[in-house]
Amino acid sequence: MSHSEVSTDADVGSTAFVDSDRREGDHEASSLQAILINRPRQELYAFWRDFRNLPAFMENVKAVEVLDDRRSQWTIAGPAGADFDLVSEITQDAPGERIAWTSTEGSDVDHEGRVEFRDNAFGRGTEVRVFISYDPPAGVIGKVVAKVLQREPRIQARRELRRFKQLMETGEISTSKAPDAAPRASRHF
Amino acid sequence: MRALTWHGKHNVQVDTVPDPQIVNPRDAIIKITATAICGSDLHLYDSMIPGMSNGDILGHEFMGEVVEVGRGNTSLKKGDRVVVPFVIACGQCFFCERSLPAACDNSNPADKSDATEIAYGHPVAGLFGYSHLTGGFAGGQAEYARVPYSDYGPIKIPDGIEDERVLFLSDIYPTGWMAAENAQIQPGDTVAIWGCGPVGLFAIKSAILQGAGRVIAIDRHPNRLALAKANGAEVLNYHEVKVREALLEMTAGLGPDSCIDAVGMESHGFSPDNIIDAVKQETRLGTDRPHVLRETIMAVRKGGTVSVPGVYGGVADKWPVGAFMEKGLTLKTGQTHVQRYLPQLLQLVLDGKIDTTDLISHRLPLEQAAEGYKNFKENQNEWTKVVLKPH
Repeated sequence: MSHSEVSTDADVGSTAFVDSDRREGDHEASSLQAILINRPRQELYAFWRDFRNLPAFMENVKAVEVLDDRRSQWTIAGPAGADFDLVSEITQDAPGERIAWTSTEGSDVDHEGRVEFRDNAFGRGTEVRVFISYDPPAGVIGKVVAKVLQREPRIQARRELRRFKQLMETGEISTSKAPDAAPRASRHF
Repeated sequence: MRALTWHGKHNVQVDTVPDPQIVNPRDAIIKITATAICGSDLHLYDSMIPGMSNGDILGHEFMGEVVEVGRGNTSLKKGDRVVVPFVIACGQCFFCERSLPAACDNSNPADKSDATEIAYGHPVAGLFGYSHLTGGFAGGQAEYARVPYSDYGPIKIPDGIEDERVLFLSDIYPTGWMAAENAQIQPGDTVAIWGCGPVGLFAIKSAILQGAGRVIAIDRHPNRLALAKANGAEVLNYHEVKVREALLEMTAGLGPDSCIDAVGMESHGFSPDNIIDAVKQETRLGTDRPHVLRETIMAVRKGGTVSVPGVYGGVADKWPVGAFMEKGLTLKTGQTHVQRYLPQLLQLVLDGKIDTTDLISHRLPLEQAAEGYKNFKENQNEWTKVVLKPH
């Protein structure tokens, strides 16, 4: 990051900065999002650290198989119904504080992510910050398609964090999906 | 099941739709015994609230019997009689813990909350049957409803109390109560209330119970004014008098200590500002007609309080920000924190301290709900409150 000259107290790399400042590394798309969760830091860390839990709140991660202590295989739902595989490797693991991971050579999707957990200084729970970046499967066109499908990382990360918060605070993820959760008339006029 | 569904402006009808299911552990399914049409449903009927989709089930004032509960719900059981708050709230987030359930951070589904995050700066809570901006939840003008977080919101009703005495705990009674509370009434205060619809009438009842010395109610429908009068208010018909002059005259120039806007975004009347707003609203240059909000700010005494239970959804201009600042006013508003008030307001009903039934003008089977909407909209003088019976 190259923001040392910026005189502002927001997190460097946060979406609060203008787009050109938000880019990081060589990835096509990236996003950092923050959310306050009314649960203890250790509990949030432990749930996230078990990557098998990610599909519960990451809409486009269909399945995660843990391969060993650091590596896991992810099946990602891509645009137009295609699935992509990636093998993710944990690059940093600070229990209760931080997890970082990156896709390994040969993955369909080039992906990098990290999540940080900090106690709120005023007893309001845990501040969770997530940075997600990836190169979409089909480069520039993939990003356009991904954006159309609202899987562009910024929206995706925001929704994933909201779901993570819902699951951690309430034990469930709020839904109004038709027909079971919210029935509706199918007739059109 | 049968349900009242929305198909566009002034186009609602009772359709057959799939039954709701338990989806989440804390859900319950309620067999609805009574439900009502709310004044705010008319904003949907008039297509003033964005984010509606063809086929949505309306209704956010309902009560009934629990017929099924999710495995994570230990506080409700089959057969319980409950009134359901129109606000969907989790009970565990920052806001719910501070008794602000109408600001719940979790109830609006993640895929629905982008819109209000953009429009309002933050996503708003989920509401039953009130557009996809507030979650796209199916409403209660139906035979059954799925109630999320049902271990937090619904209040159990003892046997032997008729539905109509408690139904309005779902919305208009706590909404009127919070409107009066937001007016920061001190003993002996004069409170002026615009709109003698159901919320205005509950605000009158509540203001008196909260110690107002004098309540002045404003409307144009003689029957609604008569109801206001029967509840202890003095009344002004805005077709007969200039409201601000009348209020000044009645308070010897001081102005009311508090003003309550129980009208919201679709003010009626022929003042110049309102005619311009109506044109803007029709042409989508503006979204709200805040004539009453302007009038409350101009009418309230210096240092007074304006309380706004009326629904606004978009943007407004010509807002008298100078009067607001120079007179040193307080403005309090918001969707009702229903869950906060339920035990206390149920107790007032059980103690016979408040009549919650005098405003009901019509009782219809659910099948006639469309007729109820049409008349509640077009014949406001006679149709003061419609209760629907789905079973």
